[in-house]
Amino acid sequence: MVRLTAGWRETARQASLREHMDRFGPLPLRGHRRGQQQRLAETVANAGLTGRGGAGFPTGTKMRAVAAQRGGAVVLANGMESEPASSKDEALLAFAPHLVLDGAVLAAEAVGASTVHLCLSRLQPGLARQLRAAVSERAGTDQVPVKVHEVPHHYVASEETALVCWLNGGEAKPVMTPPRPAERGVRRLPTLVGNVETLAHVALIARYGPAWFRQAGLPDAPGTMLVTVSGAVSCPGVREVEVGTTVGEVLTLSGAADSSGSVLIGGYFGSWHDRGTVAQVPLTASHLRPFGGSPGAGVLIALPGTACGLAETAGVLAFLAGQGAGQCGPCTFGLPAIAEDFAQLAAGRAGEGVFARLERRLGTVRGRGACRHPDGAVRLAASALATFAADAHAHARRRPCAAARQRTPLTLPAVASADEGWR
Amino acid sequence: MSHRLVLNPAACSGHGLCAGFLPELITMDEWGYPIMLADQVPDSLLSHARRAVGLCPVLALRLVKAGQR
Repeated sequence: MVRLTAGWRETARQASLREHMDRFGPLPLRGHRRGQQQRLAETVANAGLTGRGGAGFPTGTKMRAVAAQRGGAVVLANGMESEPASSKDEALLAFAPHLVLDGAVLAAEAVGASTVHLCLSRLQPGLARQLRAAVSERAGTDQVPVKVHEVPHHYVASEETALVCWLNGGEAKPVMTPPRPAERGVRRLPTLVGNVETLAHVALIARYGPAWFRQAGLPDAPGTMLVTVSGAVSCPGVREVEVGTTVGEVLTLSGAADSSGSVLIGGYFGSWHDRGTVAQVPLTASHLRPFGGSPGAGVLIALPGTACGLAETAGVLAFLAGQGAGQCGPCTFGLPAIAEDFAQLAAGRAGEGVFARLERRLGTVRGRGACRHPDGAVRLAASALATFAADAHAHARRRPCAAARQRTPLTLPAVASADEGWR
Repeated sequence: MSHRLVLNPAACSGHGLCAGFLPELITMDEWGYPIMLADQVPDSLLSHARRAVGLCPVLALRLVKAGQR
């Protein structure tokens, strides 16, 4: 199904404003001014759109909450995409920037925002240049100014309170809530934070309506979504699928050879699953919940049966351990301890006592940070111990598999250098 | 029971004074950071909880009425 991705394969480049308007029609500004009967927040709520940044919160509800507050507001478009295994936001911004900008500007009008802030990673200067050029193309047509920002690149910097902090002049580190940004955010104003893909869907819902949006997907999970597939597949990359497509179908579309092995669902803070177990399960939050999984931002990584899931997990945990903000003790100390336990386990140097130690540490660290970063690492580690249980016990008996010494499928990103800073 | 002890983990730097003073409600993890043992503060410990809040050198601990945030 092709909605957001219309024209991507044909042109293989950014759509100009002219091409964008020819393809989707003009920006539907009338009928969505704040105070008018038919408000965009209600339209989006009726469409049943949920956030595409990973949390899956109902977008219409978020918009209502911000619109309901007196005084000004702010829209923050989150294009940071700090999940290394995800590239859908980068692709969307590169190919269809005007869909994202339309959605952000429409949302701003609907919630009474005076500014749109588009946050991109500082490690993507080319993307920032492209988006500034797209904003210039629209000069004079948008009712609110759109500012493009390049934010320090850290895993936790994409968290909504971290971005609000940074825009307010501080460091891009998460802070404890309450208050959530929807109540008090940028310049202490109610701030609507939306993933760029979510805003792109808003742009189409505003044009074609909730019934159109619901023609795809499931009744309780409507629409389409972008997915990023990597690992042991012949055609990795970003695709648009109907919500409700199964895990197996998404992998098959990406050229997965067979149905053996395991799959990491949700990204680096997601969970491992045996491929046979989840092949028929739709890639939605409600369908994956009984399996202890969640689609996250639509990220799937396929691991062949010949690879060592424990070694791959040890690598990701080491990465996550180094990506905290350094603010909260349980995360700053707990994640490296857990990562070290996993490294020993993967290398066949841990004894059987490692399981009790890991269980204790995972339980201790969960839920005790200012953000969900430690929780994600804990979820990943716990799922690895469950999905690779047989391997884990073999490794603990000092019999690691040969694959543990040669890690390949998960390519860890280059970590930002020590002087990347948070400001 | 009408109060909760709420910790701001980003402000906490593991001084441990709270856990030392109020072991009934606060223990420490292996890295010296506080773990809240109970959801609510029993009335009998309320004045101790207030003291613990005041002891924290970085004001990471707060006492809130149940139902507030």
